[in-house]
Amino acid sequence: METKDAYGETTLVVEAEQLAEACRHLRDEQGFDFLSDISATDYLGWATKGVSGYIGTTSGRDLNAPSTQGLGRLPQLRPPRRFSVSYHLLALRAGAERVRVQVWLDDGESVPSVVSLWPTADWHEREAWDLMGIRFDGHPNLVRILMDDDWEGHPLRKDYPIGGEPVRFSSAE
Amino acid sequence: MAIAPERPRIYEGTRIPAPTPSVLEVPEELRDSDDILQVNFGPNHPSTHGVLRLVVDLSGEEVVGLRAVIGYLHTGFEKNMEQKTWWKGITYPERIDYVSFQTNELVFVLAIEKLLALEVPEKATWMRMLLCELNRIHSHLVWLATAALEIGAISMFWYCFRERDQILDLSEMVCGARMHTRYFQAGGLAEDIPSGFFPECRKFVERMPKAVDDYEGLVDRNQIWLGRTVGIGLLSAEDAIAMGQSGPVLRGSGVDWDLRKQQPYLAYDEVDFGVPLRQGGDVYDRYRVRMEEMRESTRIVDQCLDRLDEMEGRPWIADDRKVVLPPREELHTSMESLIHHFKIVTEGYRVPEGEVYVVVESPRGELGCYVVSDGGPKPWRVKFRAPSFAATAAAPTLSRGALVADLIAIIGSLDGLMGEVDR
Repeated sequence: METKDAYGETTLVVEAEQLAEACRHLRDEQGFDFLSDISATDYLGWATKGVSGYIGTTSGRDLNAPSTQGLGRLPQLRPPRRFSVSYHLLALRAGAERVRVQVWLDDGESVPSVVSLWPTADWHEREAWDLMGIRFDGHPNLVRILMDDDWEGHPLRKDYPIGGEPVRFSSAE
Repeated sequence: MAIAPERPRIYEGTRIPAPTPSVLEVPEELRDSDDILQVNFGPNHPSTHGVLRLVVDLSGEEVVGLRAVIGYLHTGFEKNMEQKTWWKGITYPERIDYVSFQTNELVFVLAIEKLLALEVPEKATWMRMLLCELNRIHSHLVWLATAALEIGAISMFWYCFRERDQILDLSEMVCGARMHTRYFQAGGLAEDIPSGFFPECRKFVERMPKAVDDYEGLVDRNQIWLGRTVGIGLLSAEDAIAMGQSGPVLRGSGVDWDLRKQQPYLAYDEVDFGVPLRQGGDVYDRYRVRMEEMRESTRIVDQCLDRLDEMEGRPWIADDRKVVLPPREELHTSMESLIHHFKIVTEGYRVPEGEVYVVVESPRGELGCYVVSDGGPKPWRVKFRAPSFAATAAAPTLSRGALVADLIAIIGSLDGLMGEVDR
């Protein structure tokens, strides 16, 4: 387990196997009884020169011509794996302490669900699955939530093209 | 827990459905019965505040199963914001929650400023607070108007929209747009406050408490209103916390929690206001909390006006030429200013690498914004923690054993705004 402090916020980086235990400890021993949010981030293409925010693929348009919107310098963070999942916890007591629990994982790996600890995680985890393709082990109902049930792909991934969704023309029967 | 430990118990145990907290399943013994009727409530129903679809299982008039289907208003704001410079991205959050647009704008701007470590002039802070409180009144007015309309108090709609319009007039006066003002910039405000704003705003502050009295006169002791709201949609404090509820829903369940008090941002520690609290956890209590909040917000607006009066002629935006657009008049005479203007507009400013999670108390509760920057001119990732998202997920917890007519009152009392739920 690793602790980081930046911008006045505390981040606990844990391995996926330790997550359930860490969350239980934070909830029961440290009083973080309010799960505010679960955010997943895709770091594919992070620190690649000339790219900021979007990677063009053959199936999509690259809206950023290289070197027009590039980085001033390469970012310092070296993401250990492709995705991060951040759990933002809040302690309902004076001072409103917050902590971020962060798990890193690669495509195809999964993290344990925290629905049994914080029931509000239900929809947050479904959203992370739907939009980012993060799999949560032990979630009772891990199905798409914002996109259509038969949607393909996970739109918030960096390799998901913008403007690349198939358009059906009536002449192309 | 330390907050309001003397709360009475509304009900024993928990009402959160298991195993899926957001799905109320038909009980085993009823499953094969012929009397279960499955009804699709929405997505295009006037009382769903947008496009919420509820799949309701009814046994007679009683709700025995409930599942919310969302996503009809999913617009991909978060993905879009990754393609826009920080500067342009400010227009997006307002449209996520189009009723409390000012608060959403604030949370994103605060996140940018946190990464940039930008000092904001005092005048901008107080004006932001003023507009956010006006916006809270605006949001509660829209809630009251529509929620009352849905359960039969039709005339309320016209009264509430009368005052709502005055607030929109004030917005228009400040920035030219009635909604989605984009008045907050990283560093402060887009323009100085027009001098005509103050007398008009004072008129509104004088008018508003009387208006709240009027609304209360219409429904507060109205037998039909009480019958439709008291004891309906119960939510205990423990369940509310477990389901991530915030704002008036949490305070209506007896949890004394308001970020403006517990984690003062802007200048909330310098103004005097109360946090309305109710213990009953029903639709009526959530209504009462919002009514009182309108009064308290009016008081905050009044105090902000007094402070802003003393700040005439002071700067309204930070003096940081790498982030803030130079004054318009300088563009004609200064090459330096013209270059800065051009660079900020075309390339945008770069925001230092890092991740922050900024939270404010929106009219609906805990509104969070998680931002990751790679040091470039565009956000790497933006994620909004929408209070409506959590509130809508709690609908099955509140609706256990409710009648189908109560369901409308319950969904209304949660104040879920579909733009924010679906983003």
